Formats: sequence, structure tokens, C-alpha cells
Amino acid sequence: MSGYPESLRESIKLVEKSRAERVERVRRGETFKPLTMDQRKEVLSKFHPDYMEGTKRVVNVGPDKGQYFPNELADLLEAHSRINPKDFDLKNPDMETDVLVIGGGGAGSSAAIMSAKEGCKVILATKLRHGDANTVMAEGGIQAADQEVDSPYYHFLDTMGGGHFLNDRKIVSALTKDAPIIAHWLESLGMMFDKYPDGRMKVRHGGGTCRKRMHSCGDMTGSEIMRVLRDEVRNLSDNIDVIEFSPAVELVLDSNGRCAGAILYNLETEEYYIVKAKAVIMATGGFGRLHFNGFPCTNHYGATADGIVMAYRAGVKLRYMDSVQYHPTGVVYPEQNVGLLITEKVRGLGATLLNVKGEEFVFPLEPRDVESACIIRECTERGNGIITPTGRVGVWLDSPMIDMLEGEGTVKRELPAKYIQFIRHGIDISKEPMLIFPTVHYQNGGLWMDENAMTEIPGLYSAGEVSGGVHGRNRLMGNSLLDILVFGRRAGLSASQYIRDIKLADLTLSHVEKYEKEISDAGIVTDRISPMILPDYIRDEVKAKEKTSKYFGTLR
Amino acid sequence: MKGILLTGDKPVIPENTKMIPVYIMGKRYMVPETLTIQKAFEYAGYQWIRGCGCRGGICGACATVYRIMGDHKLYFGLACQTVVKEDMVLAQIPFYPYKRKYHDVENSEPTAETMIANYPEILKCVGCNTCTRACPMDIKVMDYINCAIRGDIERCAKLSLDCIMCGLCTSRCPAQITHYNVAMFARRLTGAKIYKRANHLKARVQEINSGKYDKFMKELTELSDEELKRRYVEEREWEPLNSRDIGWKPQDERFL
Repeated sequence: MSGYPESLRESIKLVEKSRAERVERVRRGETFKPLTMDQRKEVLSKFHPDYMEGTKRVVNVGPDKGQYFPNELADLLEAHSRINPKDFDLKNPDMETDVLVIGGGGAGSSAAIMSAKEGCKVILATKLRHGDANTVMAEGGIQAADQEVDSPYYHFLDTMGGGHFLNDRKIVSALTKDAPIIAHWLESLGMMFDKYPDGRMKVRHGGGTCRKRMHSCGDMTGSEIMRVLRDEVRNLSDNIDVIEFSPAVELVLDSNGRCAGAILYNLETEEYYIVKAKAVIMATGGFGRLHFNGFPCTNHYGATADGIVMAYRAGVKLRYMDSVQYHPTGVVYPEQNVGLLITEKVRGLGATLLNVKGEEFVFPLEPRDVESACIIRECTERGNGIITPTGRVGVWLDSPMIDMLEGEGTVKRELPAKYIQFIRHGIDISKEPMLIFPTVHYQNGGLWMDENAMTEIPGLYSAGEVSGGVHGRNRLMGNSLLDILVFGRRAGLSASQYIRDIKLADLTLSHVEKYEKEISDAGIVTDRISPMILPDYIRDEVKAKEKTSKYFGTLR
Repeated sequence: MKGILLTGDKPVIPENTKMIPVYIMGKRYMVPETLTIQKAFEYAGYQWIRGCGCRGGICGACATVYRIMGDHKLYFGLACQTVVKEDMVLAQIPFYPYKRKYHDVENSEPTAETMIANYPEILKCVGCNTCTRACPMDIKVMDYINCAIRGDIERCAKLSLDCIMCGLCTSRCPAQITHYNVAMFARRLTGAKIYKRANHLKARVQEINSGKYDKFMKELTELSDEELKRRYVEEREWEPLNSRDIGWKPQDERFL
């Protein structure tokens, strides 16, 4: 019994018809021809949303004034603060601490642990629950060059190639050299790595790696890492005070230009708190929930670029912030799962992509940006997409090939989470293909920082997806879980050294006032408010009836 | 984008979609029958603060309890993964108080004594299996609690591996056990104390700390773009998929 409606079954029949022959070709080691470098360039320039006309605009305020950013991010940068600095008596902070960590995902948690272990008092403020972050959604694994046939040298080369050689080399050097140290640390904390009985790590290839160095815990590596880190933070509750549902809305500086804390907003009581801190670690994650060009996303509810906005207002430049990673394979059907990630592993296991006629049209393991552009081309210019009952378009990812190639039961064993997700809607992905289209996945760029996670503002550190430079313009699988831990740890250590002889001068929010002035000087007239904090998914019909409520940005 | 229907995270609801009644905390709303519970709340006009996380079934933020009107049974699920049904009476569990002990992984042994010393209430398990029935991840919760009591810590860890710590088990337990924290401690003990440590990893960390790779990394950071690209294209031997079976070694060992 098919879980797909009648209207899609005709195309599925064509997919089934060509399947046996395609499996044979994969067995013979034949693939659809990969694109040449020139062909890649062409398809990217015409069909990748980053390169399309109308997807970006100039931002006329802030440290990167005059540069182009995606429209949705530009809107947040050219927006008013949530607060009026005059409302705050900065001489009387509500809380004081050594280190304030903003964000409760993998980067924030590892930073907090490191600072606490160095003896610092830490406040970890987070917008949702501690652990609500993209970290938990990372399925594939974490890279570390710990095998005898591998070394940080090769990890470095792979990472640079993946990022089109635009990554910051000092940062990549830190990333790849620290990787085994991170894996070792996680092991000592009790993370359940996939291992052989003698203790050796099980490792796999990822897209763009020359050696096997992908470490995992089933298909829930990120979830396991987050559970362990959160548990360790809770072990350190004498030194780490976790404040949930209290996002930061602005940074606070001192009169000497050092970072000196932040303003938190309690989402429940709607109070604002002044937190005075000798150092601040920004670990707010990425921007997937901005839904660039209307695309769905694979990201967590809280991925709204808050840290980018706050740090930019305070004067931190952005690097590669115009580069959005679209994951090629997001769900298109069923409607309930639109945008959710289907891991690269499906293609790694041998599944190919097919158009409405059941024909292959792309090499399945092109870099993510190229693969996405080819799918968009197939569905637009070539008109070979499959239309769902709700009017969406996508192409087939032929997962049943996997059991034919690797033996019955492989899909269920290797992709248990995906199998359950589809079977809930009556689709058995070991027998029927999945309908997919690119989905917003990752913020390649971010805050400008150095290899010790320091930004240009003394006392402000940056860790994880909010940072730029680690991945150049395209991230490899397995380098994001690594990134958050390497630079979370480095940020925690750097901050705890820095605070030792820091005496803060008077606190100030003058940078917010200055930014407001820039907005009016640039002639920008808008009622937009940022940071966004929560996405707005309320229907217009409902809003029209909310006669007495007032929205401040996206919040009521 | 031309010819492509893109609506961010707002669901598309075709005109002929059946509207069904659901009761959000007892209050009736008509919602399209195709939506998940999570999106049905949003359709009705709620903006989530608590009770919403990854929206993909892995974070445990959206634990939901519901009845179907007229039916005595309680049902459990994740709001982001469960499609609404007619006459569903819905409540979110935004937070549930828990017990947690200091998990001293370093100085504890993976034994029944450790588990019982930290969580003695597990001995009061009455065997009702309500925890298992409440689990939205289909984990055999009671079985893993039993493993903890018996001291089979590794099995406790493996049975609980898919746990998203949503707390539904804990909300239902007559013995007032916080199951997911018992499992958390068991998994950490398994990872740190039962699984053998990776010797190759320890050795690599020692090599890194001794500065063995510093000169390579310095070289890489200073190379010209052309030379870096050349090495990327020409000097990376690809480890074959069956490398473990054939005992593969690269020809170029200069940078290992």
C-alpha cells in the first residue's frame, strides 16, 4: 500500500521501472557524470539562490556598511533595537558574573564548562531550554583525524577545499589540531561513541574527506553530544547559573570599549535584566529560521541570527555572511515534514536523484551548493519536477536502491530516525522513494573572530555557527559539531584568562544609540525590530482579529 | 523563485481540506486535518515560547498528552510529529520537575550499587510499565530501569539510547522515578567506564600536545594559494571504503 497519493504514483512507476538498471550501474561503479569546474560555476551562477538576482541588497549601516547581505538578514541589520538605552540604569545591574555565555547549545555549553573549570563564575543565558539548538539535530557525525593513516594535515586540506579555499587558515589549523583533543574530551565525559570492542573508534567518510574520520553515535550524534554536555553543565551548577527563556537582546560595553555584559529579556515575565560580566561569549547559533527566499529550513525554532545582530550593532564585522548553505535534500512530501533534513548519508549509501520521468540528472555527491543548484534547475528551467498535492515541487531520492545494493534491512538499520519519520505517514522509504527539494541548512559565515575565538571587541568571544571563517563559503559534513566544541572550548579558556586582570569602567549602551542615529542618518524609515528572537508563524487572518494587541517585531 | 512554491514554515492548505475540531487545553478550534499538533496550535493563533524546539522530533521540547473526546485512554506524543485527529483534547507539558544527582562519572563504578545509591527510588518500581507506554520514542523504559537495578549498566544505556529527555515517563511514574536522569548517568558510565578507551586517540592527543604537527600546520597556513590547491588536488590519496579489511596504508606518509 503506497503512502503517496494517486497523482504521484505515475511518476513513481517510472522510477521503479529504471531502478534495477540503475542499481546495476552503481554496482559496476558507474555514476552520472560529475560536473567540471566550469559547469559547476555556471549552474551555481544561474540557479543557486546565493547568486540569483534580487536575493541580496546593500546594508547602509554598521561596520560593514555598503556590503551586500541576503534580504532577510539585511532587514534585521537595518532595524531598531528592542530597547531604549535611556530606560536602563546601568549603574545598578541585576546580576554580575565573570563570564556571560549567550546561547545554550553545544558551543555555549562547552564554553561554560571550560570557564567554570578554570574557576570562573558563569551565567549561561539561553532563549529556549538549555540544549534547544541545532546541535541536537546534527545527525551525521563529528570529524577528528585520530587514525594512524590520517593526520590534522589532511583534515586541514579537506576543510579548505570544501570551503572553496576561502576559510581562515589559522582558524582551520586550530579546528583540525584540536579535533582529536575534543574527541578525547567527549570520550572522558562518557559520550557513547560507536566503537569496536577493543575501543577503536568506528570512522566513516563524509562528502569531501580523503580519510575516514567521521565519528558517530548512531544517527543521533549531535543529540548525544548535547545530552552529555548539558549533563556536565548541571554537574557544575555551583559555578554555572543557567537562565532559560531569557534571550540577550543587546550587548553592554564599558566606556573603554570593552564588552561588559548584556541585556536579557525574560520571555515569560517580560522583564529586562542588566547582566554585568567581565567577558561575554556569543554562542547564539545560526540563521536558518529567516527562511531566505521563502525556503523552508532544517533548523531549530530559535535559529534567528540574534547574535549576529547584537554583535554587529556593537561593532563586530561579519565574514561570508552572504553565504547560505542550502542542503540539497529537504523533505517536500508529506506536507507535515516540509523542509526537514534527509541526511547526506542516503546518497552516500547509493541512492540517486531522479526527475518526474524517472531519469537521473545529477551526480548524487556533488558539493552541497552544486547539488542544490542542479535540483533547482531541474525543477525550474527544465520543468522536470514532481508537483505535490499542495502545489510544491521536488525530485525523487530513490532510497529503495539502498536495500538492493547493501542488503535487505539496511535502510531500517542505517537510517532509523528517517524510517520512523516517514512510516508515520504511511511511506516505507525502503520500498518507495522520497520527494525532496533544497532547504536552508547552515550559516556558512558569521562574526569575525580569530583562532582563539576573540572578536575585535575586547572581552567579546564568539563560538559555533554564529562565527565566520571556519568553513569559508561551504561547510563539510562533520565539521559543525567539531566547530562548536573546538571554539566553545577555546572561547571558554580565552575568556577565563582575559578576565583575570580586568576592571570594567562605567557600563554603556551608547553603541545602540549610535546605531539608531546611523539608521536615521541613512534615511531608513522602518518599524522593524531586531533581534528577531522568535519566528512569526501566526496567520494573517488571526492577526487581523487581534484588535488590541501590539506586535513588537515578531513578538506580541 | 519563479515556478516554485515556497512558504517558509507555513503549511499549504488546499481549499478542499477537511476542517476538524480539536480542543487546545479544553477550548475548541477548527483546524485543517493535515496539520501536526504543533502547527495546529500556530494555526489557531498561538505563538510558542515553551513547548517548541527542533520541530523535527529529536529535542524533546514538545511533549504532548491528549485524549480523544469520549475515550478514556491517555495518549502521548511529540507535537511536531503527530498529526491532529478529530476531537483531540490537547495539553502541552512545558516543564516537569525532576530529580537529578551529581553524576560523578570519574569516581563511580558502573554497578547496581552506584545507581541505587544515587537513585534509590528505582527499587520502588511497581512494574506497571506506564513509563514505557508514555514514551514517544518507543523506548522500553521500564526494562532499562530494571537493568539499572540489576547492574546491567551497558544494557540500560543501549536501551535508552534514543531518549530525548522529554520527561513524559517521569510525569506518569507512580514510584516517582526520574527515569531519563537514571539513563543519562548509565550512558555516561557506559561511555567512560565500560567501553574500552580508544588507544589510538590517546596517542594522537599526545602527539598533538608534543607539537608533532605544529610544523605541518605552520607550513599549510603559509603556503601560496596555488600550492595549497595543488596539494588538495594532487596529493590527497583517497582511503578506500574497505580500508579496514585490506589494511590500507597511504603511500605518502610524510604528513602523518
